[in-house]
Amino acid sequence: MSFPKPIATLREATGMPTGRLAVWWVIASEIVIFGGILGSYIMHRLGHPEWAHQSIHTNTWIGAFNTFVLLTSSLCAVLAHAEAEKKNGPGAAKYLMYTTLGGLTFLIVKSIEWTNEIKHGYTITSNTFWSFYYTAAGLHGLHVLAGMIIMLIVAADAKKGKELQRVENIGIYWHFVDVVWIFLFPLLYIAK
Amino acid sequence: MSSTAETHPPAGGHGHGDAHGHDDHAHGDHGHHDQHWFLKYFWSTDHKIICMQYLFTGMFMAVIGGFAVYVFRMQLAFPGMPVPGWGRVTANDYNSLVTTHGSVMIFWVAMPVLIAALGNYLIPLMIGCDDMVFPRINRLSYQIFLISVIVLILSFLVQGGAFGGAWTAYPPLSAKAAYNLTPMGSTLWVVAVALEFVAFLLGGINFVTTLMNSRAPGMKMFDVPMVVWMIIIASILFMASVGPLVAGAVMLIFDQQIGTAFFDPARGGDPVLWQHLFWFFGHPEVYVVLLPAMGICAEVICVHGRKKLFAYKTVLYTAIATGIISFFVWAHHQFVAGIDPRMANIFTVTTLIISIPVAEMVFVYIATLYGASIRLTTPMLWALAFIGEFLMGGVTGIFLGASGADIYFHDTYFVLAHFHYTFFPIAFIATFAAITHWFPKMFGRMMNEAWGKVHFWVTTIAFNFIFIPLFLLGARGDHRRIYDPTHFPELMRAGMQDMRVMATVSLLILIAVQFVFVANFVYSIFWGPKADRNPWRANSLEWHAPSPPPHGNFPEGLPNVYRGPYEYAHPDRGEDDHWPQHEPPPEGAKA
Repeated sequence: MSFPKPIATLREATGMPTGRLAVWWVIASEIVIFGGILGSYIMHRLGHPEWAHQSIHTNTWIGAFNTFVLLTSSLCAVLAHAEAEKKNGPGAAKYLMYTTLGGLTFLIVKSIEWTNEIKHGYTITSNTFWSFYYTAAGLHGLHVLAGMIIMLIVAADAKKGKELQRVENIGIYWHFVDVVWIFLFPLLYIAK
Repeated sequence: MSSTAETHPPAGGHGHGDAHGHDDHAHGDHGHHDQHWFLKYFWSTDHKIICMQYLFTGMFMAVIGGFAVYVFRMQLAFPGMPVPGWGRVTANDYNSLVTTHGSVMIFWVAMPVLIAALGNYLIPLMIGCDDMVFPRINRLSYQIFLISVIVLILSFLVQGGAFGGAWTAYPPLSAKAAYNLTPMGSTLWVVAVALEFVAFLLGGINFVTTLMNSRAPGMKMFDVPMVVWMIIIASILFMASVGPLVAGAVMLIFDQQIGTAFFDPARGGDPVLWQHLFWFFGHPEVYVVLLPAMGICAEVICVHGRKKLFAYKTVLYTAIATGIISFFVWAHHQFVAGIDPRMANIFTVTTLIISIPVAEMVFVYIATLYGASIRLTTPMLWALAFIGEFLMGGVTGIFLGASGADIYFHDTYFVLAHFHYTFFPIAFIATFAAITHWFPKMFGRMMNEAWGKVHFWVTTIAFNFIFIPLFLLGARGDHRRIYDPTHFPELMRAGMQDMRVMATVSLLILIAVQFVFVANFVYSIFWGPKADRNPWRANSLEWHAPSPPPHGNFPEGLPNVYRGPYEYAHPDRGEDDHWPQHEPPPEGAKA
């Protein structure tokens, strides 16, 4: 669907394209959302040393594998951006597909991991640690999913050589989703 | 300053050769000629139509919020008597009604009208561009907002009725259906509030990006009209403060519906955590709605006082300072919630500090009025009333910010009267200033001044007669969440019930006179005298566009800007006491 862009969208008084500027503001608002839930978790965790008995049951190796998967997918997002800079739409689309595959792997691993934990009786209601564990990681998982969907849309356009500036924008968002995981991984898995 | 390739001569066409086909879009209203009315009014991406959608939805919600307050004030004045239009008010009804009144007036009236409607209308017009930078996200923002309205209204119909846990939704009252007795209503309420937040986050990102990137060529930082700055600062404040509450809303829904225990101390949670998450948003929220109201006053006072805004930069920096300090005052809502007394000391100090920038803004407006040639038009009356009435709200806040006095006043009608002295001036008095001031631009016709003044005087006087008795009641210990005061002999001492009746009768007068406004508003839209482009002879760019502006806003080409928005009574201008921002400097003069 083509939509005639108003002149407002094309102006750049700050020197930064409108889309990228907006992505930074999206990230700013996301930081406070995750900041709220992680801040609450950290304050609780400090007040409840006995949660260590619960967190010992999280699987650090699966968490580490997922960290590796996400970081690799971010590398692909960077490569996609490099292709987009060279005006190579199909190349950018290819790397975006690899990034999406990384996200998919992350979600599959996560669902296997969660299935195991729920089978062993660690559900969202069993303890406030597990409530935070599922809520924070679940919120992050939703962001991964949303990023994948947007990435597919951007890739479809990029393949036709359209809206290549969006490759960088979705990449910035994807790095942010990565960084959130970099906070979640030590807080939920490593801190036993 | 503007680094884009576009160049806009002040009149006549665009030098714009980009390949996106937007030239069509920017020229007048063509391209929208043969649109179906549904697409034009309900699926539009035009910022002015989206303003109208927010404005009219907000007005509709004000009717719901107003009806709720009518019913529960009748119950308080005449306990147990059937209320005309509702019947006998049960305790559950009462809880649902006060919750609905509070949340509707803040989230579905003040926010959509002051920020979303006015921001949408004013930002593109006042900074001289043709639309928001993301028109489709703008449309999506309203659509999500509309869904939140529908969810909230549907919550009246579910089993148990609408949420009855007060607009602050403190757990365990809000988290356990056994306490709030509204099992479905409570979750629908949280969902509606969360959707509303999403809508305003989308809108806010749009506003901020638009101001940052799309100002007219020549418009520098300090040439931006104050109301635009204020809406932008408010949007950033909202964005920076609402996140923790979004997380809190997710946690509360899980507590309500899945059985987690984030806020249940018996199972390792903490109810005070919600209060922190809520007020970390809730107090900046006061300034989110205050700042646009202050901005409206700046515009109206300068235009109708024919004088330059006193100390533009001071107002701007003060507003930014207010925003920053507002993140460090939230725990003054929790002095009796069991927080550490040392923390209460700190929050007392920060709370008293924040009154300094707010007082500074009021002083600046008074300094602007000094020596101004004041026209007492309806918008000017509203703006002047805003300063006076808000001052009352600010001054009574000092008592509540001091933790010692607050322990006595907490949750009494004193608190209630205090924040109504802030919110009523913000959400109604300043909004009326804005509507009466920008009405000629929005609808191309003038409102009736005489009826406007009747509406102004009756509203303002009735408002004071509602809340001054409530201050006195609160000082005598009247608790704000009591459904039937006759059950408590200490609340029925001599004169107390009379004051409740007085407040309720004043409220009925206040509500009745709003029909004068609605009649004036509707009549003027269709039959008011035609307004020209610039009936107030104002400087800012929106008055350079036709009234009402067509799609694309500036049919003669987007304007360039040569000076600030407040050059009234400039000595170089002789008889002409205004100097529009878009008017090129005279030949031979330096720009």
